[in-house]
Amino acid sequence: MDEFKTPLLDELEKGDWPSFVSEIKKAAKTSPGAADLLRQLELSYKEKVGHWKHGGIVGVRGYGGGVVGRYSDVPEEFPHVREFHTARVNQVAGFFYTAEKLRQLADVWDKYGSGLYNMHGSTGDIILLGTTTENLQPCVDELSDIGFDLGGSGGAMRTLSCCVGKARCEKACIDSTDIIRDLTMHYQDVIHRPQWPYKFKIKVSACPNDCAAASARSDLAVMGVWRDALRIDQEAVREYIAKGFKINEQVVNKCPTEALSWDAEKQELNVCTEECTRCMHCINVMPKAISIGKETGATLLIGGKVPVVKGPMIGWVLVPFMKMEPPYTELKDLVDKITDWWADNAKNRERVGELIERVGLANFLEVIGLKPVPQMVKAPRHNPYIFWNPEEVEKRG
Amino acid sequence: MARTDFGPPDFREMLPPVIKENYGQWKYHTVPRPGVLKHVSYSGAVLHSVRVASPRLVSSDFIRDISDIAEKYCDGFLRFTTRNNVEFLVSDEAKLQPLIDELDAKDYLIGGVGLSISNIVHTQGWIHCKSAVTDASGISKNIMEDLKDYFTGKIKVPSRLRIAVACCVNMCGACHCSDISIVGIHRTIPRVNDELASKICEIPTTIAACPTGAIRPNPKAKSVTINSEKCMMCGNCTAVCPAIKIMDPVNDGVSIWVGGKLSNSRKAPMFSKLAIPFIPNNPPYWPEVTDAVRHLVEVWASHAREGERMGEWIERIGWERFFKLTDLPFTNKHIDDFTHATTTFRSSTQFKF
Repeated sequence: MDEFKTPLLDELEKGDWPSFVSEIKKAAKTSPGAADLLRQLELSYKEKVGHWKHGGIVGVRGYGGGVVGRYSDVPEEFPHVREFHTARVNQVAGFFYTAEKLRQLADVWDKYGSGLYNMHGSTGDIILLGTTTENLQPCVDELSDIGFDLGGSGGAMRTLSCCVGKARCEKACIDSTDIIRDLTMHYQDVIHRPQWPYKFKIKVSACPNDCAAASARSDLAVMGVWRDALRIDQEAVREYIAKGFKINEQVVNKCPTEALSWDAEKQELNVCTEECTRCMHCINVMPKAISIGKETGATLLIGGKVPVVKGPMIGWVLVPFMKMEPPYTELKDLVDKITDWWADNAKNRERVGELIERVGLANFLEVIGLKPVPQMVKAPRHNPYIFWNPEEVEKRG
Repeated sequence: MARTDFGPPDFREMLPPVIKENYGQWKYHTVPRPGVLKHVSYSGAVLHSVRVASPRLVSSDFIRDISDIAEKYCDGFLRFTTRNNVEFLVSDEAKLQPLIDELDAKDYLIGGVGLSISNIVHTQGWIHCKSAVTDASGISKNIMEDLKDYFTGKIKVPSRLRIAVACCVNMCGACHCSDISIVGIHRTIPRVNDELASKICEIPTTIAACPTGAIRPNPKAKSVTINSEKCMMCGNCTAVCPAIKIMDPVNDGVSIWVGGKLSNSRKAPMFSKLAIPFIPNNPPYWPEVTDAVRHLVEVWASHAREGERMGEWIERIGWERFFKLTDLPFTNKHIDDFTHATTTFRSSTQFKF
């Protein structure tokens, strides 16, 4: 592969960890775009600076987003990445695929694009990395023929994503893949036609282990929980102990709320349900013996986001418990109330968490009609500057 | 016009029969060997998942190869994880070992399950992002090359450890909540091309985009000026005005953050905090970054208790002890001065000398 003359990148083909450079070279065998991508990247490695221009709008018929314009700032040198746009393709919930479906995808992308992908992008989409303006429309048309639709971009509801959920996890309290499928179909218009001040993300993790990183990476995180007792199979507990498992050191003493106790005499693990905060630790380390409760639903957290622009946020508890049954009407009603209020009140590029910080959580709750509950805060306020509405005080004069 | 708004393929059509039959009925799982999950259903049914590393940026050849493997051993069923690994879903236990043998023969790295360092979640970098300060793929490749024995389970860790790499402070990729994060940063303020700004820049939007009020109008030039004392180099203005450039190949570089987590296990989720404010970009190997990450992993692994995530360990021993044990300098850069700064100051005599 000497023809590329990419000595710096060639270094990253060495070793055992799979190499993205080798992947680009594989694609470059048939794609001039992938070849120029490699050459431009070598220049970036040499100069320590990127070579993509600021944005640029591209589009496909019927959609307001889903494709992102990308143009090289050195097109004379690398003409095949002069236009090298991204298509965000909505992934299958839970990232499940069949070989047949993936091959169909590869056939279309080889025909119209670079043959390079991110499996998957940070939000969850399949990222098709690099095609021309001319090829975008036929590419999207043929993707549609094989059943793949675009995801979100810009001031839209972004592509929704979730953990593996009930399909393959014993800890799933809610049906994350079904919720995501249902919401994705319900919100097609706001996913595909940006009409909001900025992005709005929803992710679902089926338990508090949060494998979908929902609380950090989505404006509205739906996290599976239960509110009855966790279930303990005492026989299975004793089997763990017979194999040398140190139940006090590994489980009881690590319970953050001291909800667990080990009765050595009766050889029984007991839980005080009122004290349990469902931290998952005991279930994670004794999966054969301890499982989630039966009365399941979701905790909703609002405002999670990355630093831009007011600093990073992890979502705040908005609804401690909501039943999660299809067609998820209560959830959708709440999403609509939140996004309507946010769309009306947010400044350009202001995420919902930042808007709530600006106007106050209590005001936000009033607008969307939720009652304040102690689960929403770590502690009540510690300053005396309380706002009172006129109707809350006696009229004088 | 082509059809629109039909959504992605239905996940139900992508599930192997054993999953369809045992959907929501899984009882527990074990890890029979590194990189392999064995899920057992209440019905007694068993599903094995074999996890392999991926560079995330993959070619059609890669897609076809994993598809062929899935067809041969998994009736065509496979999935990806939220950390960009590939999982082969094996319904027929007799095909498990032959699958592992073929993956080994083809040099796929099997691992990333349980007490291991799984794949890095990272961003686009110089490969395809306009705001990239560094190359996330390159840094990730180097770190995982160095830590591969932690991925494959040859070396055990006290708890899972999550690494993320983001090529700028936008931190697309949960860098604010990972055990170790590498984040591209700027150290010099943006430059305004007045002539271009006067033509294409929406001045009020640009001024409003600044979170610190550092941008003021420059009516003479029909442009804006940036106050270097107020600018914190977040880059938000460069996203709204193409005439403002912030890239500085001499002064840009990366920072390293530690102690974040998202699982609610034991302790509540935690933000990542600054450990190393600046390391220069040094492609293709970024040796200083790789060394720093390995050092952090090793200090944590040798001091943490069983099951203790990086952030839990640091909370127990205290940050003063963390800086001592890692021999990292604590500087004025480590003291927060933004929106949530005062929540990070200590109001207690409870600290260690």
